[in-house]
Order: sequence, then structure tokens, then C-alpha cells
Amino acid sequence: MDEPADPPDTRFGRWVRLDGAEPEGVPFTIDGEPAEGRNGDTLLTAILTVRPDLGPLPPDRRVRAGFCLIGLCQDCWVRLEDGRRVRACTTPLEPGMAIRLETSDRAW
Amino acid sequence: MAGRILTEVAIVGGGLVGCSTALHFARRRVPCVLLEAERCGAHASGVNYGGIRIQGRALAELPLAERARRRWGRLDRIVGADGEFRATGHLRIARDEAEAATLERWALEAARHGVRCELLPAEVLRSRFPWLGEGFAAASYCPDDGQANPRIVTPLFARTAREEGATILEGRAVVSIERTSRGFLLRAEPELEVEARVLVNAAGAWGTAIAAMLGEHLPSEPIAPNMLVSEPLPFKIEPNIGMAGPGIYLRQVPSGSVVFGGGRGSVDLERRRCRPLFATSLSTIEEACRVVPELARASIIRTWAGIEGRTPDDLPVIGPSTVVPGLFHAFGFSGHGFMLAPAVGIVLVELVLDGHSATSLEGLSPSRSTSVPAIPATT
Amino acid sequence: MVKSDPLVVVVGAGPAGMAAARTLVEGGLRPLVLDKQPAPGGRMWQQPAGSRQPCGLPGHDAETAERARKEFLDLAERIDWYPGTTVVDATRGRLWAMGPGGEVDETSWDALLVAAGALDRVVPLPGWTLPGVYTLGGAQTALKALGCAVGRRVGFLGTGPLLWLAAAQHLVAGVEVAVVADTSRWTGAMRALPDLLADRARLALGLRCLRMLRGAGVPIRRGIRAAAIEGGENVTGIALATRRGPRRFACDAVAIGVGLVPQTQLLDLLDAPFDLDAESGVWLPRADRAGRTPVEKVFVAGDGARPLGAAAAALSGERAALAILEDIGRPFDRDRAARLERDLERHVRFARGLARAFPFPAGLEAGIASDTVVCRCEGVAAGAITAAVRAFGCHEVNAVKALTRCGMGRCQGRLCGLAAARIAAVTAGVALAEAGRLRAQAPIEPLPARVRRTAPDAVA
Ligand SMILES: Cc1cc2nc3c(=O)[nH]c(=O)nc-3n(C[C@H](O)[C@H](O)[C@H](O)COP(=O)(O)OP(=O)(O)OC[C@H]3O[C@@H](n4cnc5c(N)ncnc54)[C@H](O)[C@@H]3O)c2cc1C
Ligand SMILES: Cc1cc2nc3c(=O)[nH]c(=O)nc-3n(C[C@H](O)[C@H](O)[C@H](O)COP(=O)(O)OP(=O)(O)OC[C@H]3O[C@@H](n4cnc5c(N)ncnc54)[C@H](O)[C@@H]3O)c2cc1C
Ligand code: FES
Repeated sequence: MDEPADPPDTRFGRWVRLDGAEPEGVPFTIDGEPAEGRNGDTLLTAILTVRPDLGPLPPDRRVRAGFCLIGLCQDCWVRLEDGRRVRACTTPLEPGMAIRLETSDRAW
Repeated sequence: MAGRILTEVAIVGGGLVGCSTALHFARRRVPCVLLEAERCGAHASGVNYGGIRIQGRALAELPLAERARRRWGRLDRIVGADGEFRATGHLRIARDEAEAATLERWALEAARHGVRCELLPAEVLRSRFPWLGEGFAAASYCPDDGQANPRIVTPLFARTAREEGATILEGRAVVSIERTSRGFLLRAEPELEVEARVLVNAAGAWGTAIAAMLGEHLPSEPIAPNMLVSEPLPFKIEPNIGMAGPGIYLRQVPSGSVVFGGGRGSVDLERRRCRPLFATSLSTIEEACRVVPELARASIIRTWAGIEGRTPDDLPVIGPSTVVPGLFHAFGFSGHGFMLAPAVGIVLVELVLDGHSATSLEGLSPSRSTSVPAIPATT
Repeated sequence: MVKSDPLVVVVGAGPAGMAAARTLVEGGLRPLVLDKQPAPGGRMWQQPAGSRQPCGLPGHDAETAERARKEFLDLAERIDWYPGTTVVDATRGRLWAMGPGGEVDETSWDALLVAAGALDRVVPLPGWTLPGVYTLGGAQTALKALGCAVGRRVGFLGTGPLLWLAAAQHLVAGVEVAVVADTSRWTGAMRALPDLLADRARLALGLRCLRMLRGAGVPIRRGIRAAAIEGGENVTGIALATRRGPRRFACDAVAIGVGLVPQTQLLDLLDAPFDLDAESGVWLPRADRAGRTPVEKVFVAGDGARPLGAAAAALSGERAALAILEDIGRPFDRDRAARLERDLERHVRFARGLARAFPFPAGLEAGIASDTVVCRCEGVAAGAITAAVRAFGCHEVNAVKALTRCGMGRCQGRLCGLAAARIAAVTAGVALAEAGRLRAQAPIEPLPARVRRTAPDAVA
């Protein structure tokens, strides 16, 4: 039963959608690149079904991908292009949202 | 440790003032016992804003502040670690011409004391400090001021004082003090009596109550400055920031959080409790966002308050009692005693053991008349 | 916000808060109900996203959930219901809430019921901060409400009924389960059986989950003594120290949890007292059987008082509502109150059985390696805590926080507070109670600095 560890396949997204998600797409962007979520998604769902993580967060720049999913661990804050910062697991995805995960700049 | 301790010096209060006093008595090999009701640094000394500034202080405090500043710069040699003190500079911002004039007046006085202070006209502010909001009239900058981590400085002093022989007892609240033929008899709870020749009142906001136990009237009112901290953000604000008039104070700590304060929380001296007030926090956030507009993008993750004693003239009471021989006071720092405390301890020890100190305490002694209002200076 | 007289505020619209609201309306009051989620239901009866409808998951009765939510929404005209609204601070007689648009509002209250639910308890392990590691409740939320699996191959690690339930639910949803690794042993479960018989349905559900996992050939390991989550940039597997030696299981996601912790931050801000539950090491708010705390007109119900499950949460919400009616001088049904307390007893007994069957793995927490991160917000490792305790001779957890930053981050120590206290107590050689508990500070959830106070005329 002991097996060698397989490298994870997170090229396209960490999370996997199960049956039952609505077919209607909701367009949004991540670092300028177009992406598509589904009606009813939280921001976290929309991001993690197409990306492996949310990028690093200060103070230790640890790469985060959410943890509790109910707004208590605060491991899922992301920045929007308009400067707002939102908690991805409690924020509903809206069409046209522009998310900035890239944090090489020093902007707040 | 039920029973009775006989010692030379008893200190009431384990804030930074009490702990640095204990350390210097220990260094002079004088037996001393410090009684702290809770934990060393549990009150103002452990929860303050951490601003280390000379800028804007009342002139009466300058000699003490200058000595303190020299000590902050070599904290590692005094207590074995730097307490995260950094000379980041202190920027004091004027909103209008009247406030700008205050800055100029202070800079002139400071120059006479040899304190470096640079006046900055409105035009250069945003190029030098790009994160600063618009519309300010002027600022002045003291490069030798800075900031430190209040959470670790008092424990460092307490630890070093202990290592050098001071007796520091935590969880011992002094409930009564009597004068005896030998000096003073302090009763503390739980069950402890300490008899000492000399008594130092370093009880912070409770200093007035301790003085009253010996029949001395030295007024101060408890205040609870209201503090906030943001989530950690990429580092960009170097200096410690304050306003020329009443207002907010703000700094970014190395881990990235922005610590800021303004206004007051609520305080209950008897229960030894205070708490921040949400309404105060909201107006402080609004004002801080005017000083550093980008702060509006961040989240506030915590608020708190601390209990401090404020005297009628906003100046601390430091020196021998005018009515009780052997009693020395050091309290009522009115919101700006963290910076002074490392010098207060050594100056008090000089006063007690040598009868005088090279550092002038003129205007701060318990005998001063408090009818003259000094330049207000908070944090 | 709206003001009715007397104003009873209910924080949380999970099973406890919903039952309380209904009971208060029956008693002739118009309560103000706030929940940070956009829909009622709480943890157990959460509204699934869009039209996603998980079906056939063991232990998940979508119809009951939907009925409960509908019943609550039918009350809408007789209560003041504010979804998407988080209470961030409370003092005697007042509270502050942040609405969905980031506006904050102050409201007064005559009685307050805190029905804020619970959060998974986690033990810090090597690798637990890697992306791909989730709480059991988080993994379950993804499955039940978001229509997603948190990975392609998920390992389940920890202890408690939720470990087995969540694993079985993933299995049924078609997600590969890499392993179920439980720190508890079969022997404990056997000893707990008499108490577990207090709720035969839930016992049967647990056994059904076990059978399903076994039947599907999922590797099951019990009596785990040490565990690490492996991976560099991502989770690649779980390494276990079992009684038969080391074992490794490949996976790309891990769900961890060792029980539940009540969310008591608001009670803390109101100066409510707490008592240490010696068995679990969790601080529980002090309250009588009706949910009255010693703080005047402050009540607590549901998982936020003591995690007993959804059915018990509803009973305790109803019971607390009756206590509120009584305390504000309204008529209430004494027999009903007594009946509810009796019914709750059964759930307390079952919970005692669970605690015995799935004891908290204190050894795992106490034996933490010095480089393992304890505080994920601030990146503070266990070694920093032990060093501070040794260097300064302190062990009180708030003092440790001040020295190390552990618990000072965005989550306010919700995830690390209990572990930090144990590490401090063990290092100092004192009893766990001596280390105390991390104090909550307002705002209990991050408050965007752009918030604005609602215009004064909108405030009651
Ligand atoms: C929120 C806040 C922000 C501040 N910001 C700054 C700043 O940026 N820069 C600055 O220079 N200053 C600042 N200050 C002021 C500064 O913190 C204080 O002036 C300084 O810490 C006072 O030190 P202390 O030792 O006198 O008082 P404390 O630290 O309050 O210590 C007094 C101690 O006496 C103990 N005590 C009281 N009564 C008894 C008794 N009966 N028996 C035994 N023990 C007793 C108390 O428990 C307490 O620990 C701030 C203060 C606050 C509250
Ligand atoms: C992680 C987890 C998984 C669980 N899984 C199962 C399961 O599979 N099967 C089972 O039988 N039981 C499960 N339970 C137990 C069951 O969900 C609970 O017993 C039941 O939901 C508790 O009801 P409650 O009303 O006390 O709390 P909850 O259902 O948790 O509701 C609390 C509500 O309060 C709200 N709230 C909290 N704080 C605030 C605030 N400050 N401001 C505004 N709103 C706030 C929350 O948004 C939430 O909606 C689980 C519990 C948890 C914690
Ligand atoms: S994942 Fe925990 S707060 Fe969003």
C-alpha cells in the first residue's frame, strides 16, 4: 500500500469541479489573463479551479490556497485591480472581476 | 512566598520605569524588591505604540529625553538585546500654517539643545515620502528618533534586573503602605510584607493612588490611548509619523503591519481594565487613511488600548516626595513615557543613592506648580 | 438598524440561531438576526452555491437543510434578518456589525444570543501550511456547498467523527481517498460504546461510513503517533508513524482536523468567563443548562457553546430563546424548557462517548518539532515559543504572544491559540490551565480600512 509520491497535477487548477456545477460561465481575469468561473462561485472557487494557489502573502510570503473556507483563517485574501482587497472564500464572484495575484510590486 | 522581606528599596510597579529602576539599583549592588500586581509590562509599558521620539516634547523633558535616546542606541549593552529599536526618524506633520509655525518654534528650541531637526516645506513632502497624502502644510523630521518593540523591552529589563540580583515579584499587588521607624511597610496580596528604607512609586496610572496611601496628593487621571494594527503589508513606511496638532500617530513595523493610534478608549482603573472603543477606532482609521491613503486598501486586524496616567500639565512626576522622606515618585507620563523610561531608572537611582543627578529634572519634580500648562505632547 | 422593544439580537443563523429566532417570534418578539453568510443555514444546513445540489452524501440530508432554511426565511416578515453581516465588536448593550458592502453600523441590544458555531481544531504538523492542506470542515464545505473537491486525491488526517464522515462523503462524491489516518484507536471506541448508544442514528452513520471506506479498499490507519505532510511547493503525500512503522501515502490534498472549537470571540469581548475542559483542553464559555452566561442578558447556544452537533444546536437555540423570554419577563413554557434540557442531556452523553472514542491527540501537539510552524498567519515556529518561555520564564499564552507574535496575525490565534498554550505549558512544566487562553480583540474579523460608518440617521 506504500506508494511513491506522484507529483501533483496542478497545472490547471488545484480544485476539481464535481458534477452539478452550472454550465453558465462567468468571465473574470487573473493578472490580466481571461478566466472563467461559474454562476454561484466564490472568488476562491473560481480562482482555485483554474490556478494552483493565490500566490504569496506577507509577512512570510508563504504561498496560500485557503484553508478553512468559512472566513476564519484569513488565508485567502486577494487583491483586485481596483486596489480593493477581499477575502476570496466569502466573496461571491462577479462578472468582470479583475484579480491580481502577482505581487512582485510593493503595492499595498 | 508568604512572609516578610526586609530590603533597602521597594519598588511598586513593574512597568518599564520600575524595571529599569530595579536594574540600576541591582547594578549598584543595592538590595531591592519590585512588586508588580500582574506581569512586568502588562500595562502601558508593554502595550504602547512604541514611538521613540524627542521631537515635539516639552522643553522640561529634553534633558531626560536626550539621555534616554543615548541609552536606546545601546540597549543591547544594557539588557543584552536591542529591543528592536531602530533610528528610523520621526516625521511630524502640520495640517495648516498655524501648526507649521509650531514646528518651526520647536525646531528652534531643539537646535539650542543640539537636537537635529529638519524643516520640510510642503513641496518636498511627496517627493521624499511618496506614500504621504496630499494637502499638508509642512513637516519636520528628526532623523535620530525612531521606534522600538514595546512588547519585548520591559521583559528584557525585568530579566536583566533579575539576573543582576534584583528581586522581582509578579502577581503581587500592593494594597497598603505604612510608614515605620525603618522606613516603609508594604502589604501585598497574596500574603507578603516588604519592609524597606526607600520606596519608589512607579505604579503608572495607579501612581496617584500609591501616593495617596502615604497622604500625598499628586493628581493624575487615567487615560486609555486607542491603538490599531493592520494586516502585514509590503514594507514602505520608514519613519515614525505624528501630527503637529492632536491627531494620529503611525508606523510600519518590520514584519509589515502598520501600527497606529489616536483618540481614547475606555478605562476602569479599579478593575485594571481598559478597552478600545469602536467609534474611536473608526475615526482613527479615517484620519490615518488621509495621512497614508493606501492604507485604505488594507484590513485592520486588531485594536487595543493601554492604561496610562495623565497629569494636569501633561508632564511626568519624577523625584523625591515633598512630604514623605524616603519616598520617590516616577509616574504620570501622560502618554509619552516609554521613550523616557530607560533614563528614568538610572536618574532615580542617582537621586536616591547620590542625592543628585547630572540630568536636570527641573519642571518635573513633585514640588512643581502644575498651574502652568506646558506644550501638549502626546505619543 | 431597526429597533424593536425589547431588542433581542441573535448572532448566527445556523441551526441554533434559526431555532432561537423561531422561538423568540413565537414568544411575541421581533429579533434581529445577523449572519455573515449570505444565506441562513450555518455549517450543517449551508446553502449550496447556485443550483449545485450534492446528493446521496452520507450524513447530509439536503431536504432537511432546505426545509430549515425555508422555514427561517418564512419568518422574514416577523424578524429583522441581515445576511452577509458580520458582528465585529460587542460591548454591554451595544454591538458593531459590518455589512456586505463594507459599511459598519452600531446597534443596541437588550439581550444577546451568540450562536456563532465552531471551527475545526487543528494540531500543527510539519507541512500543514502547504497549499493543498485544508481543514476537514473546509474540504467538506467545498464538497457540499461549492461543488468542488479540494484535490484529485485527498488524504484525511486527524481524529473525530468528522474525519470519517468527510472521507466517506468524498468517496461517494467520486473523489479518490488516499488514506484515513486517525490518531485514536479502536479500543477507545469500544469503551465509548455505552455512551455512543445514546444516539443510535449517529452511531449507525459512523459505522456506515467506516464500512463504505473499508469496502472501497481505502487504506485506514489508526493509532497514528506522528504525522507529516510532505511536499515542496505543493502537497505530495502524508508520512505517518504507525504502530507497524513508517508509512507514506501519495496525495495532492490533505484534510486535517481533531475536533471542533467553539467560536467565542464575542463572548470574550463581553468579559464572559470560560472554563477549561480538562479532557479536550478547550476553553468553554461558562453557561447554565439554558445557555445563560454569567454576563447579564448574554446567552450562548449551539456549537459555539459546546459542539454537540446540529440537532443539539437547534435544541439549545430553542432553550436559550426560552431563557431570554423568561429573563425579560415574558411568558414562556416551563415544561418545554425542561423537556429541551432532558433532550440535550442525551447529546451531551453522546458527545462524551465521542470524546472517549476520539481523544484529543495531546501527545502529537506536545511533541511538536521546533521547526514546525504553529502560527500560520505570522509564520511563528514552535521553537520560537519554547525559546521565549525559557528566556523570559513566562508561560501565560498572551505573554507568549506578545514576545513571539504567535497568535497576532489575521486570524487572531483561532488556529494556533490552543497549541501555543500547550507548548508553553509543557515547556514551563505547568498545568495547561496556567497557560490561560488567548484573548480576543476587536474587530474579531479583519475590517477593511475603507469601511465607513453608516450615516447617523440610519442608526438606531
Ligand atoms: C496605548 C499607549 C500608547 C503609548 N505610546 C507611547 C509611545 O509611543 N511613546 C512613548 O514614549 N510613550 C507611549 N505611551 C506611554 C508609555 O507607555 C508610558 O508612559 C510608560 O510605559 C509608563 O511606564 P510605567 O512603568 O510608569 O507604567 P506602566 O507600564 O503602566 O507600569 C505600572 C505598573 O504598576 C503596576 N501597579 C500598579 N499599581 C500597583 C500596585 N498597587 N501594586 C503592584 N503593582 C502595581 C501595574 O500593574 C503596572 O504594570 C503610550 C501609552 C499607552 C497606554
Ligand atoms: C467544520 C464543521 C463540520 C461539521 N460537519 C458536520 C457534519 O458533517 N454532520 C453533522 O451532523 N454535523 C456537522 N457539524 C456540526 C454541525 O454543523 C453543527 O453542530 C451545527 O451546524 C451547529 O449549529 P450552530 O447553529 O451552533 O452553528 P453553525 O451552524 O456553525 O452556525 C453559526 C453561524 O454563525 C455565523 N457567525 C459566526 N460568527 C459570526 C459573527 N461574528 N457575525 C455574524 N455571523 C456569525 C456563521 O456564519 C454561521 O452561519 C460540523 C461542524 C463544523 C464546525
Ligand atoms: S479560506 Fe479561511 S478565511 Fe478564506
